[in-house]
Amino acid sequence: MNDDVWLIVPLFNEGAVIRDVVEDALQVFSNIVCVDDGSVDDSGAQAFAGGALVVRHPINLGQGAAIQTGLDYARAQQGSRYFVTFDSDGQHQAADALAMVNRLRSGDVDIVLGSRFLDDRTDVGPIKKVVLKVAVAFSNATTGVHLSDAHNGLRALNRVAARSLQIKQDRMAHASEIVEQIGKCGLRYAEYPVHIHYSDYSRNKGQSLLNSVNIMAELLYK
Amino acid sequence: MWIKVLLLIALAIVFVLGLRAPRGARHLALRRMGMGAFVLFAGASVIFPEIWNAMANALGVGRGTDLLLYTLIVACLVYVASSYLRFRELEAKVTLLARRIALDEASAPVFPVPEEVPPGRDDNQQRPISGR
Repeated sequence: MNDDVWLIVPLFNEGAVIRDVVEDALQVFSNIVCVDDGSVDDSGAQAFAGGALVVRHPINLGQGAAIQTGLDYARAQQGSRYFVTFDSDGQHQAADALAMVNRLRSGDVDIVLGSRFLDDRTDVGPIKKVVLKVAVAFSNATTGVHLSDAHNGLRALNRVAARSLQIKQDRMAHASEIVEQIGKCGLRYAEYPVHIHYSDYSRNKGQSLLNSVNIMAELLYK
Repeated sequence: MWIKVLLLIALAIVFVLGLRAPRGARHLALRRMGMGAFVLFAGASVIFPEIWNAMANALGVGRGTDLLLYTLIVACLVYVASSYLRFRELEAKVTLLARRIALDEASAPVFPVPEEVPPGRDDNQQRPISGR
């Protein structure tokens, strides 16, 4: 069942939900690697108990670094052909990920990016929406890659895309960096409508909008 | 008024330096020569403190101490920018090390996978992750 697909889950202090997230995703995908980014809670153990493989950073590096580690790990596994980056807090749906992989299987694109704005399933708050739209406009203007969403953590990659990406932005700026590299490497890309489930849990843990200032600074001063 | 132009230029240089620092042995040599000149100048200004006043007058600054303060602020900014860059470089190295450790400790067996050259990328830019 989707044996050639690897789910890559960057994991940092999500011990409360990660086991459910992993068990849920295992209904659809048999290969899940959680990259425990130096969590101080029992995230790694919970992910393992849920049935995922766990790779553990000895120190906290950031989400971008965790995704790159997961990609490196999954690419080295026998038979791996497709790679999905998937959030650990339960806001992504395995069904969306499966649909994106199936889009890849048709062979005309290298990377499929999830977008919240292609349909009206996702309820994005008004302020967040404005910030995201500004980020999208900035990204489209600077990278030559035209998207409708920015900083959506759900992506599906084939081997060509997985090999081409070299994430050097350890923290949150990696999402913009990935888009930049899609443009530079000339990867064939497509967007796919996904539903982001904002629970109270993920809302509480989510990024502060002020973090967009950090992302801009990291992109400028790399 | 010259001082305003000079200070603005210095600030612009600090900003750009932060964006893209020059590297390499030539640049390092220049930086060290600059450092040597700086020490010589510091010694000279201890022995002849009035040169600050002369320079200040030439640049249109009231007193030598004011000029010294301006220079100190610029020097401080240069230090911030260069140590930030060095910090980022160090961070990148730590990331590679930590990733290597994480992958080496991973429990599941890892098999080498033959790779083709990715589009738009040199082979020697590849990190040898799968080659074990």
